Amino acid sequence: MKTAQELNRFEIRLSGTGGQGIITLGRILGGGLALGMGYHVTQTQSYGPEARGGASRSDLVVSSRRISYPKTESIDLLVALSQEACYAYYRFIKPGGVLLVDSGLVRQTPSNVFLGLPFTDLTVRKLKVPQAMNVVVLGALTWLLPFAEARVMKQALRDSLPPKLHELNLKAFQLGYSEARKAFDPHEAWTPKPDDDDGDERIVL
Amino acid sequence: MAQKKSKQRKAVFALGNEAVVEGALLAGCSFYAGYPITPSSEIMEVMAARLPRSEDGVFIQMEDEIASMGAIIGASLAGRKAMTATSGPGFSLMQENLGFACMTEVPLVVVNVMRGGPSTGLPTSPAQGDVQQARWGTHGDHPVIVLSASDVRECLEMTITAFNFAEKYRTPVILLLDEITAHTREKIELPEPGELEIVGRSYPTVPPEWYKPYEDTMRGVSPMPPIGSGYRHHVTGLTHDVLGFPTQRPDEVKAIMERLFRKIDQFYPDIMLVEEYMTEDADIGVVAYGSVARSAELAIDMAREQGYKAGLIKLKTLFPFPKPFVNRLAARCSRIVVPEMNMGQMSREVKRVAARTTSIRTVNRIDGQIITPTQICKAITQG
Repeated sequence: MKTAQELNRFEIRLSGTGGQGIITLGRILGGGLALGMGYHVTQTQSYGPEARGGASRSDLVVSSRRISYPKTESIDLLVALSQEACYAYYRFIKPGGVLLVDSGLVRQTPSNVFLGLPFTDLTVRKLKVPQAMNVVVLGALTWLLPFAEARVMKQALRDSLPPKLHELNLKAFQLGYSEARKAFDPHEAWTPKPDDDDGDERIVL
Repeated sequence: MAQKKSKQRKAVFALGNEAVVEGALLAGCSFYAGYPITPSSEIMEVMAARLPRSEDGVFIQMEDEIASMGAIIGASLAGRKAMTATSGPGFSLMQENLGFACMTEVPLVVVNVMRGGPSTGLPTSPAQGDVQQARWGTHGDHPVIVLSASDVRECLEMTITAFNFAEKYRTPVILLLDEITAHTREKIELPEPGELEIVGRSYPTVPPEWYKPYEDTMRGVSPMPPIGSGYRHHVTGLTHDVLGFPTQRPDEVKAIMERLFRKIDQFYPDIMLVEEYMTEDADIGVVAYGSVARSAELAIDMAREQGYKAGLIKLKTLFPFPKPFVNRLAARCSRIVVPEMNMGQMSREVKRVAARTTSIRTVNRIDGQIITPTQICKAITQG
């Protein structure tokens, strides 16, 4: 059980390629944090004119107080689901911030300090529906973020998707959540443990 | 009491564009005609879903923006509260009919979600390049009300205000948003119907045979019956007399033109809306509007941390330009910073008002990106 905590502009950037569902992911994550967890949240988006392809990103600011500037300048958590996005936004991560990548799509990271899961491969292999990848990421983020509750996020998922998609997406959510639980210690990202030394994929910035 | 109310209210995590629709429906909008264009499309999408379900709501997708304006002028004349939404390229097409609405005093609301221009420009990027166009885009000397909003809550409130002003002053009202405000999602609580003040149209109290459609009144606003209600009402874009028929008599022309201006001018204190942030002790001022005002607010906090006494005036009414507020700020401040996503359309107004009192520094950005708090903070601290 996670408790609500005092946050001062926790900045998340979700980035990747158009068509991956980045903005939907931001909308569901933001909706859960705002309506379910009671935080002040702004979610903005930036995308190209294309329906698919091109860069896509969604910025979230989560705070216990009213948020003035809705975009991000120094990122606490960067989620990069494409190689280009990883290169483009890596430099905006603030010291102590975390990089989470799709380790199947991002072959080269600018640093060897990052968290990675092969989200797209997992989704294709386990669910056979590549479009559900964004919800798998949502599951993983829910495990990682110390202020996101799985119960709340599942409700946010149900609230923002049509009923016929609920079953599949809850399955995808669970997949991401349990894979992240297997791979990362609880909130490893924001509560680093000094002894933790099992593989460069999980070292904290 | 207030807390009790907020518990009953429904909270939603909504886009600025969606909040515009909520505001419009609360204000009583029952007619929407438009042509979709990024970044305003969600307004039309949600309207298409909501209006047909509401009582006698009408939604029409038109063939273009010229026709959209024509349709909402017609709907408004028939007694409905009507609106359309567009972005720069569509707004250019609307200018002709916007002038017609000014001349014939038809209340309506046009939302322009600004994107990068000129021409089709940057469809998915923010800009604030249509500010002077909103004021002077249609030809001829005309008064008009231009409002703006900077966050999702304000999108809802200012849409209601836009409808209220439109009905109260019988004039088109333009609500200028930008891509960031329109595409930001935030939690808002939806007010209950009846919680906010909604202004309705004034109807004639005289029998139809005595009715003069463009008669002068104390407020300068003539009562407006819906077409088809038995009142004879001639509508023309030509300069007209009190009966609505074309005239070239200088005395009649002068009377109607002066009334058009007077009906807005004499209510400046009611129309000019601003929000002040930390201006009580400020000696460096910032004047901003739209999404840039949110950057500016954080910039003020950053500058204050460094020991600079900065304060912000956020313009919610762009035109008529809130001169008294800027004047007061100018008298107090050694300099005023005006950040905006164009090459200086609003700073021109600020300079007009305050250039003799204080020094004015502009921060401009036209690369399709928002002005960051750091940029504004730098302008505040480095003068």
